[in-house]
Formats: sequence, structure tokens, C-alpha cells
Amino acid sequence: MIKTVSAINIEKAFGGKRVLCGVNIEAEMGKITGLLGPSGAGKTTLIKIFTGQLEADSGICRIKGKDIGALKKEDKRRFGIMADELGVYDRLSCYENLRIFARLYGLSKEDIQNALKNVGLENDGKTRADKLSKGMRCRLRLARALMIHPEILFLDEPTSGLDPTAAEKIHRLILDECARGTAVLLTTHNMAEAQKLCSSVSLLCDGRIVESGAPDDICRRHNSSRILRIHLSDGRDIELSQNEGAAESVAELIRTGKADSIHTSEPDLDAVFKELTGKELAI
Amino acid sequence: MKEISTVFLKQVKDTLGNKTVLIQFILFPVMAVIMQNAVNIPDMPDNFFVKLFSVMYIGMAPLTAMSAVISEEKEKNTLRALKMSGVSGIQYLIGTGTYVFIMCMAGTAVFAASGGFTGTELIRYFLIMSAGTIVSLILGGAVGISSANQMSAASVSVPVTMVLSFLPMLSNFNEKIKAAADYFYPQQISLLINGADADMKCIAVTMAEALIILGFFMISYRKRGLE
Repeated sequence: MIKTVSAINIEKAFGGKRVLCGVNIEAEMGKITGLLGPSGAGKTTLIKIFTGQLEADSGICRIKGKDIGALKKEDKRRFGIMADELGVYDRLSCYENLRIFARLYGLSKEDIQNALKNVGLENDGKTRADKLSKGMRCRLRLARALMIHPEILFLDEPTSGLDPTAAEKIHRLILDECARGTAVLLTTHNMAEAQKLCSSVSLLCDGRIVESGAPDDICRRHNSSRILRIHLSDGRDIELSQNEGAAESVAELIRTGKADSIHTSEPDLDAVFKELTGKELAI
Repeated sequence: MKEISTVFLKQVKDTLGNKTVLIQFILFPVMAVIMQNAVNIPDMPDNFFVKLFSVMYIGMAPLTAMSAVISEEKEKNTLRALKMSGVSGIQYLIGTGTYVFIMCMAGTAVFAASGGFTGTELIRYFLIMSAGTIVSLILGGAVGISSANQMSAASVSVPVTMVLSFLPMLSNFNEKIKAAADYFYPQQISLLINGADADMKCIAVTMAEALIILGFFMISYRKRGLE
């Protein structure tokens, strides 16, 4: 099966410093694939390679089975890209900002209005971009990326620096777009965001993928403590090692109605990342 | 063509809110109109202020506007957004350059109206101004391309424009400055506007300088593109 987006053994160095070392990643239609890593891990570099802004030193990068280098202008027009480094025109209104790009893509005024409506900026069409809050600017950039109804959406740190409410709005828009069948490749250093949005993630550190898979699978794979945490009805918390003895104890607690809740103790992605690399994710 | 016209229209809208660039197009024509009508010194040459400010305009407006627009787009990463939407570097430069040229020609029209030029004199004036504008515009493009942001663009464009704009005027007061000014195209443009006899020499110097500036522009573009 041809993956929508695939990178095989990508290498990239800047001035002798290796930024990506043998990176492999895939993204599929209708799924959100996350690239998770701290600042400087190489996430943005990989997005730039996928979007043709940078060339990999070696390796294969394909979009819908075609090498990146062989993509035509029309192929690239099916990408939606949202990145901090793709700015908006401060002196122009939201509508005018989108109008520029709508003209380039041959879209109508209705498409612009719909794009503004989709991101909740329909009442701010005439507002200058420099008067928007950070979250609204973020939504404007997302509107620009979504306006073209992309087949593939590249999101580079889409909620970086946003408050939880603004981030939640962006999350909803991303999930809606994914439900439409768009392949989404998202970079983030926010573990909770990756866990919430992504069907699969790759953990990137110093240019290398150190782990990949579904977020829950990764956490389960790295559950070395194998402890059950039980909250009892009398308010106490107890911990049991997961062995045959524990199974009987748990069964007894359930039978007697003494257990209020039972939790396994898988680490979160942040802990897995730290375990694998010795580094914090959110730096 | 769609890409070029989009960049052009974007520039028209964006500049209306950009006082720094807008003032470049307006300042000297307005000053020329005011001074030409308000100051009357005996034995002053015909259209003295129109011709003086025309040359200053050529040395300053296209260069500053072009470098400011390009460097701002680079700094704010809007140029990257355009490029990601299929606008090539050349299309962007043509769209922006066309806009700056048309604005400068609008300023030139104000100068011409203020000077009361008609017939062949008007055509000659527009041709000279067009030539000077294009040379300055290419130089401004090269400065914009070579600069990473507005600050570094201004640190180059301000001294360059000061030299180019004021050299023809200062050459009236000092023979050594005049000798040096002869090597710069604004001085030749000034001589042409003032109806000098040495037309061929003026045109040759201007063209030679245009080629050197074009070379600088191409080297800058090849080296840095619009990154």
C-alpha cells in the first residue's frame, strides 16, 4: 500500500552538524501522525524537507508515491502548510490576507468566507492581522492552510505558545480536517497534544527517531514497573505488582466492593522520552 | 502572470498602510510642488526645484521602497508563505518591481505637471526618469535580497540613498565632489534632466553603471535567492 507521506532514511546536516540521522516516518490519509521532540530535535527540518523548502542530503522522501523532487507545482498545491515561519500580512485584514492566497489558488470569495467561518473568524474578516490575538493569528494561518482543502496538511508546532482554550480550538479544527480524510503530519513538543490528537507518533531526539507507534502502545511497551494503583472505598490508595497474586487480590477487592477504581501505571510519552533519551520533552 | 498580478495587488493594498514606504513616493513630489510655487529667487534656473527633487527622488524612492518591501517580507516570513503557494522569486521581484516603478512614475507625473513639461520635453523627461528609476530599483532589489531583515536593509540603503540623492546637488558647490559625482548615475540623470549637451556620455555612464548594478543584483540573487 502506498503511504501518503513517507520518509526513508533521511539524513540532513547543516555545516557539518547532523540534524537528521536516518529518519523514517509515514503518514496516512485520515490519520494524524505526530513528530514529537524537544526544540532542536529536527522536527521543523523534516517538515521543510517534506514541503520542498529544504533538500535532504540523502534518503527518500515521497508524497503519494512520488519523490519530492519530482513533484510538480500542481502537486505541491495540494499541501496545506501551517508553520510559525509562514507569516501573515500585519497591515492587511484577515479577509485580504486570505484573498492573496485565494487568488493564487484560483479560489472564490465564498471559499474565503467559508475558510474564515471554519476557523471562527467570520466576524473578524475586516480586522487587521496585527490587531488579532496570538490564538486568532494562529487560526488565520490555519484558515490559509485549510482554505485549499489540502490532501496533506503539515502542521509545525500549531499550538505553540497558545493558552489552553485557544489550543483546544485548534485541536478541534485539526481533528475535523482529519475526519475529512486529510493526512496530517504534526510536529509538537507537547506530549498531551500528541497523545490526544495523534494515531501514531515518532519520538525524535537529536535527529534520530528513538521510538514510534501508537501513543498508547508506546506507553504500554515502556511500562517497566507493571504496578496497579487501586483507590479503595475507604479513601486509601494501594499499589500492587502485576503478578498472579495481584490478580486474586484485585478480584477479591472487586468482589467485596472495596475497590473504587483500578489503574495501570503506564508512563506517559514524556516519561518514555526521558527514559529513552535522558532528556525532557518540553524544553 | 496570475502570480505577478497577485504580488502587485498585494503590494498596492499593503503599501496603503505602510507609511514608511508610502512617504518615499510622496515626499519629493509634494516638496517640489510646494517649493516650485512658493519660492521665487531672481535668476533661478527654470523649474529648479522640480529638477532638483526629481534627481533626489530617483536616488531615494525606488531604492528605499524596493529594499524595504523585500526585507520586510523576508523578516516577517510572508515571502516564504508566497513562495510556498507557488510564487517564484522572479515572479515576486517582477510584481514588486512593477508596483514600485508605477508608483515612481505617478510621482514623476506630479513633477512633470509641476514643471509644466509638454510635448517632446515631457517624453524626454519621462524616459530619463524611467531609466533612473529602473537602475535604482534594481539596486534596491539587490540591497533587499542581501539583507536578512529591515534593520540591516536600512543600514545599507540609508547611506547609499544619501550619497545618490545629494551628490548631484552637492556637486554644484564643490569641484572635487563634482568630479566624483560624474561616476554616479544620479549625476548623469541630473545632467540629462537639465538638458546637458553631453547626452551620449551621460547615457554611456548610466548604462555602464546599470550593468554593474545588474551584476551585483544577479550575484546577490544567485547567492541568497529570496531566503
